[in-house]
Amino acid sequence: MLTIEHLQKSFGGVTAINDVSLHFAPGSLTAVIGPNGAGKTSFFNLVTGALRPDGGRIVLDGENIAGLSAPAIVRRGIGRAFQIASIFSSLTVREAILGAVNAHRGWYAHVGRRFPLAQAQAQADEVMELVGLTATADTVSGNLSHGDQKVLDIALALALNPRVLLLDEPTAGMGPEERRKMMQTVHQLWQRKQMTLIFIEHDMDIVFGFAQTIRVLSYGRVLAEGTPEQVRRHPEVIEAYLGRQYDAEHA
Amino acid sequence: MRAPSMGRDVLIAIALLALLAVLPLVFPSKSFSDFVIRFSAFAIFATSLNLLVGYAGMVSFGHGLFFGLGAYSFALMMQKLGVSIPLALALTVLINALVAAVIGAICVPLKEIYFSFLTLAFQMLLYSLIIAWTAVTGGDQGLTGGVPRPPFLGVRLDDPRHLYLFCCTMLVVSLFIMWHLVRSPFGYTLRMIRDNPRRASFLGIQVWRVRVLAFVVAGIFGGVGGMLISLFVSSAYPDFAYWTISGEAVFMIMLGGISVFFGPLVGAALLLTLNDFITKVTEHYSLVLGIVILVFALGLRKGLLGFVVQAWHQYLPGARADKKAAPSRQH
Repeated sequence: MLTIEHLQKSFGGVTAINDVSLHFAPGSLTAVIGPNGAGKTSFFNLVTGALRPDGGRIVLDGENIAGLSAPAIVRRGIGRAFQIASIFSSLTVREAILGAVNAHRGWYAHVGRRFPLAQAQAQADEVMELVGLTATADTVSGNLSHGDQKVLDIALALALNPRVLLLDEPTAGMGPEERRKMMQTVHQLWQRKQMTLIFIEHDMDIVFGFAQTIRVLSYGRVLAEGTPEQVRRHPEVIEAYLGRQYDAEHA
Repeated sequence: MRAPSMGRDVLIAIALLALLAVLPLVFPSKSFSDFVIRFSAFAIFATSLNLLVGYAGMVSFGHGLFFGLGAYSFALMMQKLGVSIPLALALTVLINALVAAVIGAICVPLKEIYFSFLTLAFQMLLYSLIIAWTAVTGGDQGLTGGVPRPPFLGVRLDDPRHLYLFCCTMLVVSLFIMWHLVRSPFGYTLRMIRDNPRRASFLGIQVWRVRVLAFVVAGIFGGVGGMLISLFVSSAYPDFAYWTISGEAVFMIMLGGISVFFGPLVGAALLLTLNDFITKVTEHYSLVLGIVILVFALGLRKGLLGFVVQAWHQYLPGARADKKAAPSRQH
């Protein structure tokens, strides 16, 4: 469904993504891991149109989307949430999600009618229910807790009904309990929506606990890929990222 | 969340127009009618700027360009082409929309301060053109010979009462349209772009396109304000396109409140009143005005109406605490 072929991106003399080729099966749940500077967020930025690749192809359902603008890629079914919650701080949760639904349906520049359009309400209500934000629907987004802001960020992407959802460190900045709750929410979303979900994560307990498959990046290259068990035992991954202590603890 | 009823807003607009129509019976002086006409022009102008500044987060320093362009386009068409007032009005709107689309397309991709100063540069370009093209614009003397006001549909704008009612109607209609726009999906998209343009683009919103559209809408209503002032003074002057006119609109927004739709109206009334009052009692108009603005900038940052709305939310039982705390939430 989503296939990356020989993707290439450099910033000046620094190669951020170097000949990366990956395949993400429809409905899969994949973690992308790697040390800081491995190119994980650059990879997400390339797939979602925030950056233009220097070379290679990004093929979604047979169409090469490499180099398209972010809105054009969103319309083709790829949504994303950010490492630092990216929300609309002056809008209430409901308004923000309704706005996202409007955007998804192409009504965002509609000047002839009042907001919100009745057709968008049901979808917004469903998204809020799905992520557990119904109780805070009328809270101004900027006043939400950090965890709820991260959930809202994901909800905004969900409002687009994406076929592929990319989550950049969904548990960043959270305590252990919040992390667990967040990943349960993400897992439930994945199960209910049956979308292709790709997430970046540094917490290895989360990665090995939730992901079906794992891709390891290092210095912009694919270091390893496979099931959690295969990746955990991969000598280069242990050497470059997990460390021998982690290997010993989880042996 | 239910969409607010448009029918209710139409009724409020009609009631407001009726109120404005009977005000001269209570305050029969000419100076009052003149004040309301000037207020109408500047209220439309300032509210249109607030569409950009308050709702879209686009701080234009050159919005006066559209005020001046509207005034000159309308006055020149009436004077040189002898067209009817409705046709001149429609053409003024069209000219402003086209110019705004071109300038918007150039300025909108620029960020913050670059956007602000490029809009100002375009305004000063128009001002220089007006000064230099004496044969058409009258140069620094402005248009001489007056603006003809031929009757249309029984309306005679050379009659002060008709002119008063016409300007009030234009005010209410313009405000109604802008009020509707900020409550449409387009208006909420503007808020999303103001808060977080990057996130908006990752939701599929063509940020550039929406911003240009906002710039065009603001340009059109800025031009309507200019058209009303040229009808009132029966001429057009280079001052209408000078940078200070943009500054006045910014002051009006600051005084009334950037976060409230009707804030610029209150600001327009305040600034015009201050202008009329202070110039009567002292020649140091700029000094007094500067102090007033300083007081607002330091003590009433949300503007007068913004302050009232905030107090309303704070002390009204049942007001949602989270909404009142939102820093840039539009009311």
